Amino acid sequence: MFAYAIRRVALLVPTLLAIITISFLIIRLAPGGPFDEEQTLPPAIKANLEAAYGLDAPLSKQYFRYIGGLIRGDFGPSFKFRDVRVSELIGQGLPVSLSLGACAVLLAILVGVPLGALAALRRNRAVDHAIRGVAVLGIALPSFVVGPVLALVFGLYLHWLPVAGWEGGEARYMILPVVTLSLPVMAYVARLARASFLEVMRANHIRTARAKGLSEYTVVWRHALRPALMPVVSYLGPATAFVVTGSLVVETVFGLPGTGRYLVQGAINRDYTLVMGMIVVYGVITLLCNLIADLLYSWLDPRVRHD
Amino acid sequence: MTESAGVRIAGGLWGGALSRMARDRAALVSAGVIVIIALLALIGPLVIPYSQQALDWQHIASPPQFSSGHWLGTDRLGRDLLVRTLHGVRISLVIGLMATLVSLVIGVTWGAAAGFLGGRSDELMMRTVDVLYTLPYIFIVIILSTIFARGNVYVLFFAIGAVGWLTMARIVRGQTLSLKRREFVEAAVVTGVGRAAIVTRHIVPNLIGPVVVYATLTIPQMILYESFLSFLGLGVQEPLASLGSLINLGAREMESAPWMLMVPAGFLVVLLVCFNFLGDGLRDALDPHER
Repeated sequence: MFAYAIRRVALLVPTLLAIITISFLIIRLAPGGPFDEEQTLPPAIKANLEAAYGLDAPLSKQYFRYIGGLIRGDFGPSFKFRDVRVSELIGQGLPVSLSLGACAVLLAILVGVPLGALAALRRNRAVDHAIRGVAVLGIALPSFVVGPVLALVFGLYLHWLPVAGWEGGEARYMILPVVTLSLPVMAYVARLARASFLEVMRANHIRTARAKGLSEYTVVWRHALRPALMPVVSYLGPATAFVVTGSLVVETVFGLPGTGRYLVQGAINRDYTLVMGMIVVYGVITLLCNLIADLLYSWLDPRVRHD
Repeated sequence: MTESAGVRIAGGLWGGALSRMARDRAALVSAGVIVIIALLALIGPLVIPYSQQALDWQHIASPPQFSSGHWLGTDRLGRDLLVRTLHGVRISLVIGLMATLVSLVIGVTWGAAAGFLGGRSDELMMRTVDVLYTLPYIFIVIILSTIFARGNVYVLFFAIGAVGWLTMARIVRGQTLSLKRREFVEAAVVTGVGRAAIVTRHIVPNLIGPVVVYATLTIPQMILYESFLSFLGLGVQEPLASLGSLINLGAREMESAPWMLMVPAGFLVVLLVCFNFLGDGLRDALDPHER
């Protein structure tokens, strides 16, 4: 287990470096610079600006300077927000986005797994059909449709919850964004859990448990749950990517001060360093979550470690 | 396997698939709905007496009604929502199809090459896919849309297609690997058929099934990416409209004009659901393992 974990962590660095290098190269080698759109600057001013931001140095020097900065936790200056460093924006936005994402994944598992299990145990009954129908919708409906509709119904028509805003992460303000973000993941988890419960309930060890005369409750929770959870655990990695993508929409729809909104604004403003910084942050988050999911998987299923 | 099943399969991959498809009502209805929406998008803007950008000062932000002539209402500038939405459907469908084509070409070439070459090159090519997989696609698209001129529809579908080929490459590679080891390929090798002929006569025809299925399932994904980007303001730009940018406009006005959100959102959701049902139906009809 330990050796496996070490090997996985060691793989993290080159992958991250590849992500940084590729996005750095795409951004720097592309035609046009970050100051092109401001009403045609006089060449002298443009040269000054580029010198001030270190854009006049050769590409390799810029690259190593950027990597060096990253190691010190410095993501460079923002090109569009004057006198603001990208690290400050990340520091402000990350707690919001992280708590949002963590709540969404947690909610998806806590609701999705029991729903999937219920559907599997009541196969082809009304409950099963209802859960599967809702799951199909949950997967098919994009978050940029679900978010505004939820805000419309629960915020504007029913006045139960605030339509937008963050207010320092007050629970009332978090409900709609978290639900919106969580819904597709929840639907997918429910579908996975249903399929794997159906398969596990046919397995030999379940037949043995039943033959021993154990109660249905013990059979499900003690013998079926753990093997049935494996597909859900292995979905956690892709789920992170899903939540990260969804958070861009959810933060825009509900006006939350998270990193997702900075990434979108950075892309609209062509703020290269901001976009780069956000990509690095999201790359680290995605890689870490994939790692955690894989470690969790190998801990639950020892067979994986001996590949 | 019974005699008749054997005969049916011998009758051709497509004959059997078609008869199975004909029994799948959800897939058939979905195909019908997609055709109808596509025809509407094609013909509607020609028939409806308003253009995409025409402003009707008599009817500003009017709700859906027949008497005003704007069946699905207008937006805050008095633009007819039905025409705008149908134009949006056009753009979304075209980008979805073109991006799928781009991802199809890259994915099939990459996957078939990796699977057929095997060994070192296979290892290297699939590791590349793995690394790209860890990064959410949308980031690469966002980087590309940051650096290229926004609103350029060609860049958009190329960017979306260029990141959507990973799953296709994996599927095609797996399929090629397993086909390479099948008895009929071995039989072909034994009887002295050349490498090129094996690829074109035995491997590629057997790839078509899964490729068609996955391509059908890729279209709604590509439409979704495009709408996602346009919703965020990174995709199709005014005065053009795609379903995503219309939903964005609608979401801003939903308090006073909820139809502006509901109309494009409805079209998008129906399209996505239908494409998914159609893909599932095709998979059931074409996948040899499910028979």
